[in-house]
Amino acid sequence: MLNIPDSFFRKILSETNTTLPKKEEYAVGMIFLPSESGLANLAISIIEEQVKSAGVSVLCWRDVPTDSSVIGKTAKETMPSIKQLFLTKKEELSKSINFERKLYILRRSIEKALQERNLGMDKCYVVSLSSRTIVYKGLLLATQLAEFYTDLSNKEMKISLALVHQRYSTNTFPTWALAQPFRFLAHNGEINTIRGNIIHMNARQDSFESELLSKKEIKLLLPIIGEGQSDSACLDNAMELLNLAGRSLPHSIMMLIPEAWGGKYHIGNDLKGFFEYHAGLMEPWDGPAAVAYSNGKSIGAILDRNGLRPAKYTITKDNLMVLASETGVLDIPPEDVLQKGQLRPGQIIYVDLEEKRVLFNNELKNLIARRQPYRRWVTENKIMLRGLFESVDSTYSDPEKLLQQQKLFGYTREEIERIIRVMAETGHEPIGSMGNDAALPILSKKPQLLFAYFKQLFAQVTNPAIDPIREKILMSLTTFIGNQQNLLSELPQSARLLKSKSPIFTDKDIIHIKNSKIPSFKAATLPLEFPGNGKKKALKTAIKNLILSAERKVKEGFPVLILSDKNIKKGMSPIPSLLAVSAVNQHLGKCGLRASTGLIIETAEAREVMHYALLLGYGATAVNPYLAFETICTLNTSDTQKNDPIKAMENYVKAIEKGLLKIMSKMGISTLRSYRAAQIFEAVGLKDSFINKFFTGTASRIGGIGLQEISEEIQQRFLISQEKASSAQLLETRGEYHYRTTGEKHLWTPETITNLQQAVRKNDKNLYKKYADYINNQAEHLCTLRGLFKFKKTTPVQLEDVEPASEIAKRFVTGAMSFGSISKEAHEALAIAMNRIGGMSNSGEGGEDARRFIPLKNGDSKCSAIKQIASGRFGVTAEYLANCKELQIKISQGAKPGEGGQLPGHKVNKTIAKVRYSTPGVTLISPPPHHDIYSIEDLAQLIYDLKNANPEARISVKLVSETGVGTVAAGVAKGYADMILISGQDGGTGAAPLTSIKHTGLPWELGLAETQQTLVLNDLRKLVRIQVDGQLKTGRDAIIAAMLGAEEFGFATTALVTLGCVMMRKCHSNTCPVGVATQDPELRKRFDGKPEYIINFFMMLAEEIREYLAELGFTKLNDIIGRSDLLKKNQAIAYWKSKNLDFSKIFAKVGEEKSPVRYNPTSRRKVDCSYNHKIVEKAKNAIENKEKYEEKISIANCNRTVGTELSYHVVKKYGAAGLPDDTINFTFSGSAGQSFAAFLAKGITFRLIGEANDYVAKGLSGGKIIIKPPKKVQFTASENAIAGNVILYGATEGEVYINGQVGERFAIRNSGAKAVVEGVGDHCCEYMTGGRIVVLGRTGINFAAGMSGGIAYVYDKKGKFDEYCNLEMVDLEPVLEKNDIAELKEMIKNHYEYTQSPKAAEILKNWKAYLPKFVKVFPMEYRKVLGKMLLEDQKIARQQPLSL
Amino acid sequence: MKPRAFIDIKRKDPEYRQKEERIKDFQEVEKNLSEEQICQQASRCMDCGIPFCHGSGCPLENLIPEWNELVYRKEWKKALEILLSTNNFPEFTSRICPAACETACTAGLHEDAVTIRQIEKNLIEKGFAENYIIPCPPKERTGKTIAVVGSGPAGLTVADQLNKKGHKVIVFEKNLEIGGLLRYGIPDFKLDKNIISRRIDLMEQEGIVFERNVNIGTDISAEFLLKRYDAVCLACGAEKPRDLPIPRRDLKNIHFAMNFLKQQNKEVTGEPIQEKKISATGKKVIVIGGGDTGSDCVGTAIRQRAESVIQLEIMPEPPETRAPGTPWPQWPYQKRTSSSHKEGCVRLWNIMSKNFEGKNNSITKLNAVKVKWQTNEHGLPDKMKEIPNSDLSFDTDLILLAMGFTGPDIKKLTKALNLKTDESGKIIIDKSAMTSANGVFTTGDISSGPSLVVRAMADGRKVAENIHNFISE
Ligand SMILES: Cc1cc2nc3c(=O)[nH]c(=O)nc-3n(C[C@H](O)[C@H](O)[C@H](O)COP(=O)(O)OP(=O)(O)OC[C@H]3O[C@@H](n4cnc5c(N)ncnc54)[C@H](O)[C@@H]3O)c2cc1C
Ligand SMILES: Cc1cc2nc3c(=O)[nH]c(=O)nc-3n(C[C@H](O)[C@H](O)[C@H](O)COP(=O)(O)O)c2cc1C
Ligand code: SF4
Ligand code: SF4
Ligand code: F3S
Repeated sequence: MLNIPDSFFRKILSETNTTLPKKEEYAVGMIFLPSESGLANLAISIIEEQVKSAGVSVLCWRDVPTDSSVIGKTAKETMPSIKQLFLTKKEELSKSINFERKLYILRRSIEKALQERNLGMDKCYVVSLSSRTIVYKGLLLATQLAEFYTDLSNKEMKISLALVHQRYSTNTFPTWALAQPFRFLAHNGEINTIRGNIIHMNARQDSFESELLSKKEIKLLLPIIGEGQSDSACLDNAMELLNLAGRSLPHSIMMLIPEAWGGKYHIGNDLKGFFEYHAGLMEPWDGPAAVAYSNGKSIGAILDRNGLRPAKYTITKDNLMVLASETGVLDIPPEDVLQKGQLRPGQIIYVDLEEKRVLFNNELKNLIARRQPYRRWVTENKIMLRGLFESVDSTYSDPEKLLQQQKLFGYTREEIERIIRVMAETGHEPIGSMGNDAALPILSKKPQLLFAYFKQLFAQVTNPAIDPIREKILMSLTTFIGNQQNLLSELPQSARLLKSKSPIFTDKDIIHIKNSKIPSFKAATLPLEFPGNGKKKALKTAIKNLILSAERKVKEGFPVLILSDKNIKKGMSPIPSLLAVSAVNQHLGKCGLRASTGLIIETAEAREVMHYALLLGYGATAVNPYLAFETICTLNTSDTQKNDPIKAMENYVKAIEKGLLKIMSKMGISTLRSYRAAQIFEAVGLKDSFINKFFTGTASRIGGIGLQEISEEIQQRFLISQEKASSAQLLETRGEYHYRTTGEKHLWTPETITNLQQAVRKNDKNLYKKYADYINNQAEHLCTLRGLFKFKKTTPVQLEDVEPASEIAKRFVTGAMSFGSISKEAHEALAIAMNRIGGMSNSGEGGEDARRFIPLKNGDSKCSAIKQIASGRFGVTAEYLANCKELQIKISQGAKPGEGGQLPGHKVNKTIAKVRYSTPGVTLISPPPHHDIYSIEDLAQLIYDLKNANPEARISVKLVSETGVGTVAAGVAKGYADMILISGQDGGTGAAPLTSIKHTGLPWELGLAETQQTLVLNDLRKLVRIQVDGQLKTGRDAIIAAMLGAEEFGFATTALVTLGCVMMRKCHSNTCPVGVATQDPELRKRFDGKPEYIINFFMMLAEEIREYLAELGFTKLNDIIGRSDLLKKNQAIAYWKSKNLDFSKIFAKVGEEKSPVRYNPTSRRKVDCSYNHKIVEKAKNAIENKEKYEEKISIANCNRTVGTELSYHVVKKYGAAGLPDDTINFTFSGSAGQSFAAFLAKGITFRLIGEANDYVAKGLSGGKIIIKPPKKVQFTASENAIAGNVILYGATEGEVYINGQVGERFAIRNSGAKAVVEGVGDHCCEYMTGGRIVVLGRTGINFAAGMSGGIAYVYDKKGKFDEYCNLEMVDLEPVLEKNDIAELKEMIKNHYEYTQSPKAAEILKNWKAYLPKFVKVFPMEYRKVLGKMLLEDQKIARQQPLSL
Repeated sequence: MKPRAFIDIKRKDPEYRQKEERIKDFQEVEKNLSEEQICQQASRCMDCGIPFCHGSGCPLENLIPEWNELVYRKEWKKALEILLSTNNFPEFTSRICPAACETACTAGLHEDAVTIRQIEKNLIEKGFAENYIIPCPPKERTGKTIAVVGSGPAGLTVADQLNKKGHKVIVFEKNLEIGGLLRYGIPDFKLDKNIISRRIDLMEQEGIVFERNVNIGTDISAEFLLKRYDAVCLACGAEKPRDLPIPRRDLKNIHFAMNFLKQQNKEVTGEPIQEKKISATGKKVIVIGGGDTGSDCVGTAIRQRAESVIQLEIMPEPPETRAPGTPWPQWPYQKRTSSSHKEGCVRLWNIMSKNFEGKNNSITKLNAVKVKWQTNEHGLPDKMKEIPNSDLSFDTDLILLAMGFTGPDIKKLTKALNLKTDESGKIIIDKSAMTSANGVFTTGDISSGPSLVVRAMADGRKVAENIHNFISE
């Protein structure tokens, strides 16, 4: 996007003797017309017709000169014909009305006219139409832009600002119209809450009024957000509306992407007032984002509140400013640089070309925050809802009625004991272990609540999950109720809102609202009941009446609706709360009333975290779970304990709130306001007509049940609640989490466990057959989707002709299971067994003892063939990466996708601490996202890093099955991954919240089919192998997986069962009675598993596969990969809920007949590592015979992951010990690309004169790095950014000296490296478990969050450092002890010697004056472990802060 | 539930009463753990992801982990509710059940199993003591009536279940007292008969009618029952004892165990004995048969102050610990030592009786021979051979035949109701345990052959459900 090149156009048009009017008196439209001339002329005539009626006149059309030889095949096929339309203002238009706004309305009328003649966006598209800006864009790589649009390489083209976008988009299949930049912005990021934002925008449209736009004009603009656009295009529509309706660009973007303003986030009161006022008008467009915006007159950029996409700028002395996601994009000689820096999370920057000034964050924000007295408006109009439990409600008395209610709403004993009681007693969600082997709700014979048919979605690769505990400061559950005013105006009464800290309302809150006298908060209650008789008609009419009465009530002036299933009349049944909420929310949205209504649901059905997430996710404003509260009050009337019901209810609400924050953080969403109605769910087993009517936009890929079956299930619960017989005085036990004979069907049963264990111990084929038969023929006990699959009839072949079992066994892997979640003995048995049969075992995320890399004398090997790289990076060193056949990037795990993990201190014994490079007793926290993967480009970067860290290993990426995983897989395949693992939601885990195990992710059958189809359609399938895992147990499972596209098969839980696991499901409490999942030495002694058992299992499994192959008529497993056409639904299993399940989408074969459906080994692609090979060549004999070596070499932004391959060769030869210090010395000059010196081995020293990008010293393994600016620069080094974000991520050893400031998350998850730096951004030292960090300058917020080990020394000039520090796990002390002072001084001395840093010199010179200003950040756990903690201090149990 | 309790706390079993003291009377031999000890033992339960005690141990599928947790938390009332939801008479099973739950318990894999039976006993007795167990007759009656023939554990369970569903139940018992083998088979020192009467009073207060001393087939005709009741359930047990047809079987003082035991039980409760008294006092007693019945004969004989007691078993001596052929969680083939065995008797294995010898028509000697067993692929004994010239003889003046039971003696009944039987005389029943006569069901040992009290009760619950469905159609 450029500002109008007035001189260029004037010259070009003069050649065809047309003269342009004065600047900004004419406008230029860039238009993509249909390539087919007939249609193009039709489009032109429509456009000209609209222009005439809009008070402007056509000056001329110009064919935009293009050179299509430069662009790719698909781009050429869909290339439009590109023309420019010059318009001039008619007389009467000239002065009064703003020309840009006129053009905006004109463009919308053109788009609508074109749409009517079905020349929609895909055929004809107005790229830009403005008197100030023009956009040259297309399906082009950045390098092709200037060559394709010859205008751009024309010397005459003089412009003052340019906004360029280059991205390999994975969101939607790329098209010319959806390429970026758009009309007002370019967006590098994702909007996780897009569906919610669109629904809210559509709901507000009817209440738009503005002095600047007439009613008719507004009507023309609607709908604001176009159909079928990418989320960036929608953001552009919203930005255009806000800006052209009277708000400045920064003001508009600050509304759409607000900073975190709640709680103890220290921003100015006016700014907090601004954000709180606007929170009532617009919910955040939440997600990782770096947005550049311009209106042709000025240009700026903003980052999202988490700063998950980088933005670095350089300003030169001759007033050139470059802002990009990497530094060194343009080669600017260092001496010309006036200033360098980067945007911090939530920060904004604005270049006003007219004033010729750069407005930085604070100045700009105060300017905008003080345009109106927002702060005063808010304090005057806001009403706080206190949300407290005053007393136990008197009605909780009658146990008879309580039991009847609990049965009516499907309560079970298990739910009360395992979930509600845990939350009421501990204030935390219950934790469980092992996967979910129970029947899928759609296949279960037990009556299910409507909630059970939905699964949570979560962020994978393209947008990272957030840590809801250590980065809680950025998150908010604040809820507003009341009349959201007209978005286009700024009036005090827009702040007239009821505000509550939490979406969970107590019974008291409901009473306050019901009797509120305040007119704008009058509440009407609508009952949710209907005469249940198991027939669909009654429920259907009940819902119809409900939504009509909702509409009537709102129109009668009740802005708050309370949908309630309390005190249902005798004989009536409750309407499912989720169905009611979604139906009412959608209906009010259609009739434009939703924005102004508070929708509160008072329901007995909600009690688990997932229930609240669903109700809020489909539009509820707040939830009052009155029956859950009543159940909690009855919990403590047991014979003995007398705990206080109020405390129990408060604990319960706290646990639910933590659970909600976790669910939102899994999707990378920070605020409840944007999570609401964003429908971040997928349905499994609900038919399309039902979804389209009540849950429009929710994916549901296999059809299933509708209103009829749902009313039948309600009827079943109704009948149970009516039972009088004395034997019916108990709730059912249900057996969903722990096996019960009368409960939910499971695949792991006493028979299957013992049959399998005896079969492998005795290598007994028919015992294996008995085990396999129960799992394969699920007619009596349907559990998995594949239980309903059947193979088509084919002509069999002889069993002898089928490939041998030993060949098939090579396709088996045992799933990643960290040493730490399972015992040393179990972990090693897996490795030995898999290495023997040519399969692969997986180290999991806990690192591995280096001694296991050495093969045993008898030829066996304990070395895990697959080394996993997870977000914790525990034990991920150069040596770890060098010793394996496959490196697996764990994006997420089936049982807890989008969540981090925690190994509590008391479990970290000496051996685990050694392998994870930490200290015993220190808690090890792994963050939800990889902090070096915030986008698909970052993942491609990490893949490149790992290819350097081990050139022989193949790189795999582990994803979890959900809707959209196919698109992510396509991005991963494009990023040069060699294998993609699709993990089912039911996979195992060492420890995970029960709600995650049960309610997140989808069965692998869906994810695998989607991945296979997407890769085949994008012609990427031949580039990668696909693996699948998740409750795989038999040969038939593997055969079905192969047909759906999998080349390899993973087994984790089943392998543990063969080693003795009896499904105790107590892995998380370290008390495994069979020594499989425990570190307790006494229990480990009981481990009697042997590698032979695993081998027997896999051989019998392979034999079963051979039998199936023979029956199907294939001699090679490879031949059935991708042959989903061989599958069909087994109609014989007549079960009422599964009869209209439709698997056609799953079995569909896509692409042409010849398009490859499986991995084709000839096409393994090579990544370009020429620069790094050169480095290795140079240092060849230094490595061979440990000779000292010096070298000076220049470096550029495109030289990435420099030094990693060198480290590979060093550790391959010398192991972790590496070379003596400073053996190999390289001095680079220039700006280094991403991941500079990643995994640098001991003995290598890198000096960088210039600057570095992100991920410097990632996984540092002993090397030394010095970064300093060139001598000639004028700017003061300690004030300017010299390196990017996420430095020293997961470093284990080594030293770093940086003469300058760095970005966010410095030394995150560092477990041993030492570093000195002169200024850091937010979240410094997060999750640190060891090492020493010295900060000589500024720090950002949330310093030391989750820091359980190591020490940081921070120079606290203003003495306000503790405000920026997350004090949950650390103490702050002055540096008083002798060895601390010596250590600090020595590090600063080193810093000075290596970088000649003026600041270091200054500090050393007057050491006495500076030392008192240093603060020592000392983690409590680390102190305890180092024995420094005074004994008494240790004894005080660390409780939660006392809540009054 | 304390996670690591199963290792930190050792299993504690209540001992039996002192040997010298207990052989002097017929009081129950097993002592009880204190409430505190029981709560501690209950904390050893790990609340398993798959509770094998419930899933493959207890035939009643008791919800053991749930009431273990509640007992540990001293929430006795709730624990009892859950126990009674699957077990009609925990006071019976917790005294005489061999506790397949404990041999299937996961804690027993490497450590000692949880003391499930003890916890069950304390829980039910606490229920009685605290009056949590009060008669609660069904609120509504369905108007349907069912006749149950036989008041053993199977018959009582069917009666209790159908009564709870609101049907009217009448139980016919040919003996003078109610309880079947609970009353007349199992000795008092294993199950105090007041325990049975306590339960029968309760059942009567809940509306169940018991007709004692009525032999269906002789006193009342079976066809009569069929006409007057909506359904009939035969729970007559499998009383026919297995005989030992070897030379001189006709000698006096050779008796079936049941006759000996039945008399002793009657004597204890003061019920008159019609036939001649069989007494072991001062006698050299030989019990042939190593099962529960045999061990009960040993205990009874010792209490009658027999001069000496020898128990012979034809099978080989089982191993001390679980045989590899019956891996966890199966019921282990393993040597079991009952309280009676410890009261002074000689146990011999691999002995096959050949013939009796006697003086003036009364037994004086038993001649037997040693046998050798072959084991099958699971290591369990399956074929035997006599060892040549290994004969040995025993002086004796009382032989008790405790070699199990062959099946029910119900010819009269089957003829009266013309029930189809198979060639071995067993009544043929369909999937819902209904005989060829419409509305006539069988339950307990009569259909399964000699078994256990817990199996009889489990079968009773299933058959009661089938009867309920049958009469509600
Ligand atoms: C000596 C001995 C010791 C045992 N010890 C144990 C032990 O320790 N643990 C254990 O679990 N099991 C034990 N058992 C087995 C257990 O007692 C039986 O499996 C169980 O009692 C079977 O119950 P049931 O109701 O089927 O039959 P029974 O208990 O045999 O009851 C059948 C009842 O039906 C009555 N009856 C039969 N025909 C008629 C008719 N025509 N009219 C009216 N009434 C009729 C009989 O009089 C009897 O009362 C033992 C058995 C014996 C013999
Ligand atoms: C005890 C245990 C620990 C696990 N640890 C990890 C882990 O560290 N990293 C990971 O990616 N997956 C982990 N998993 C998940 C497995 O790698 C695998 O994806 C899943 O268990 C496959 O499903 P299955 O167990 O039903 O075969 C673990 C699973 C179990 C049972
Ligand atoms: S009835 Fe027998 S098997 Fe069942 S729990 Fe009681 S003792 Fe154990
Ligand atoms: S098997 Fe043993 S430890 Fe497990 S639930 Fe049953 S009694 Fe408790
Ligand atoms: S479920 Fe876990 S606790 Fe042990 S028995 Fe299996 S590994």
